[in-house]
Amino acid sequence: MKIAIASGKGGTGKTTLATALAQAAAQPVQLLDCDVEEPNAHIFVKPQWTNHKDATIAIPVLDTTRCTNCGKCGELCQFNAIVTIANQTMIFSDLCHSCGGCVLVCPEKALQEQPKTIGYIDTGHSGEITFIKGTLVIGEAMSPPVIRQVKKTAAADQLTIIDCPPGTSCPMMTAVNGSDFVLLVTEPTPFGLHDLKLAVETLRSMDIPFAVVVNRAGCGDDKVDHYCRNEQISLLLQIKDDRRVATAYSRGDGLLSALPELATQLRSLLTEIEKRINQAQGQTQGGGTQ
Amino acid sequence: MKEIVIISGKGGTGKTSITASFAALSKDAVFADCDVDAADLHLLLQPLAIKSMPFISGNVARINEQKCSGCGTCNSLCRFDAVQPGTPYTINPTDCEGCGVCVHFCPEQAIEFPPQRCGEWFQSETRFGPMIHAALDIGAENSGKLVSLVRQEARNLAEANQHELILIDGPPGIGCPVIAATTGAHAVFVITEPTCSGKHDLLRVLELTEHFDIPTYICVNKWDINPDMTQQIKIAGEEKGATFIGTIPYDQQITKAQIEGKTIVEWGDTIAAIAIKEIWNSFCEQLGIAS
Repeated sequence: MKIAIASGKGGTGKTTLATALAQAAAQPVQLLDCDVEEPNAHIFVKPQWTNHKDATIAIPVLDTTRCTNCGKCGELCQFNAIVTIANQTMIFSDLCHSCGGCVLVCPEKALQEQPKTIGYIDTGHSGEITFIKGTLVIGEAMSPPVIRQVKKTAAADQLTIIDCPPGTSCPMMTAVNGSDFVLLVTEPTPFGLHDLKLAVETLRSMDIPFAVVVNRAGCGDDKVDHYCRNEQISLLLQIKDDRRVATAYSRGDGLLSALPELATQLRSLLTEIEKRINQAQGQTQGGGTQ
Repeated sequence: MKEIVIISGKGGTGKTSITASFAALSKDAVFADCDVDAADLHLLLQPLAIKSMPFISGNVARINEQKCSGCGTCNSLCRFDAVQPGTPYTINPTDCEGCGVCVHFCPEQAIEFPPQRCGEWFQSETRFGPMIHAALDIGAENSGKLVSLVRQEARNLAEANQHELILIDGPPGIGCPVIAATTGAHAVFVITEPTCSGKHDLLRVLELTEHFDIPTYICVNKWDINPDMTQQIKIAGEEKGATFIGTIPYDQQITKAQIEGKTIVEWGDTIAAIAIKEIWNSFCEQLGIAS
């Protein structure tokens, strides 16, 4: 069972919820930090690190003794990462999307691929949590390949919780892709609601089931509740606005250290999600028996 | 003309609320919302669009069912798992990177590669001045390119009408959209919060602005949530060569103002509004902008 925690708006409490869910699970669980631009979950999980590896993409290198500057590679490349100008072929590896097209199209076999490190994958443990963190190298633009490699590092058949990056474009979509269920964390403010709507539309376009969690409940207005009711979106949990949580968070202490009584609710939340996933799968496999 | 980008590293530290307040305090600026995949600045500035244009960027592969022979070449070459085998083969547009490899190597020339509409951008008027903003379509890619386009349009507008300043509301993170929003700017203004996560993310942002050699200013929002951490951030930031410009106290009135579609500096002389005005004046003085 793979559950992604996403939001649209940043700073609504994705990491807070993801780490608390993993800590409350009371069973072996994998927690993946896929917010690779700004990974924070390790601050709250405090894992013992056991493994460190590079996240790489394949970039082309040119054998100038073979290259005839025919320009076919540059014609194929959609990202201006390889260009032939004035009888000289140049590679701009920062722009390379690693599609491999230039290597395939080169008639002289003058291009080969070699790995370039664009991030790191760290694995660690804390209690029953297996923690996998991706980190984008600073100055590198493309986070989706690092996110994909974090997800590949995880074992397939285990309860997995994915802490996603904010927003609704490529990084967020790469992180939630392939999940069985998404929890959208929002806050009851105009910004929270606006970005929640975008995230809902994105998940609907990807056909992934989801529900909403409202964090800092009571700090704003009730328009998120109205929206969820009108759109028939389940609001599965509300976490009250509480300065104790904010203070604990500021020190690097999680939600459960401020509000330990939430653990039972989080375990029920996991059970509820499991039930919904099974129902959804039963419907697609059994032709809608409900 | 000076271009100032407001970013945060960590999301939700108050970028948009503070950018909107700066917009309200500025005298002669163009505003640009470069957080294109979760744009919120318009909720406070309430722009009236006077021009809107589609954002076309990149292409997406599409298999022509009639021509597909089912040979599977596309599937074996695609690095992005975007091809789904079947009769005929299909391409999942969400996964398609737009690299064109399948299009080029399909032996039946059965794959089309139309340009993709990825969103829309707008030129608008607000009660504080002109604004350029955009909305990425649901599920669309190329947010970095849309950020560059918004910035370029804001620059064109500022140059044409001789505005002194461009205020840019930036995206969170340190990846593609942030790089597109910050490279070549005159200054970056980082809004962080006094938490372990805020500090961790700030240090990554400072490495990025150092990497691209952009003068950087730091402000801690909600500083009184953890005064010790605020002090640690000040020290760590200054060690990295950034200028610490001030702190803003936690103020529930910011949310109340947001609900009414107002900036906190219009809402009243609240504790946060007073702090933001002081920071703005000091920032303008340091950058030589009329406050």
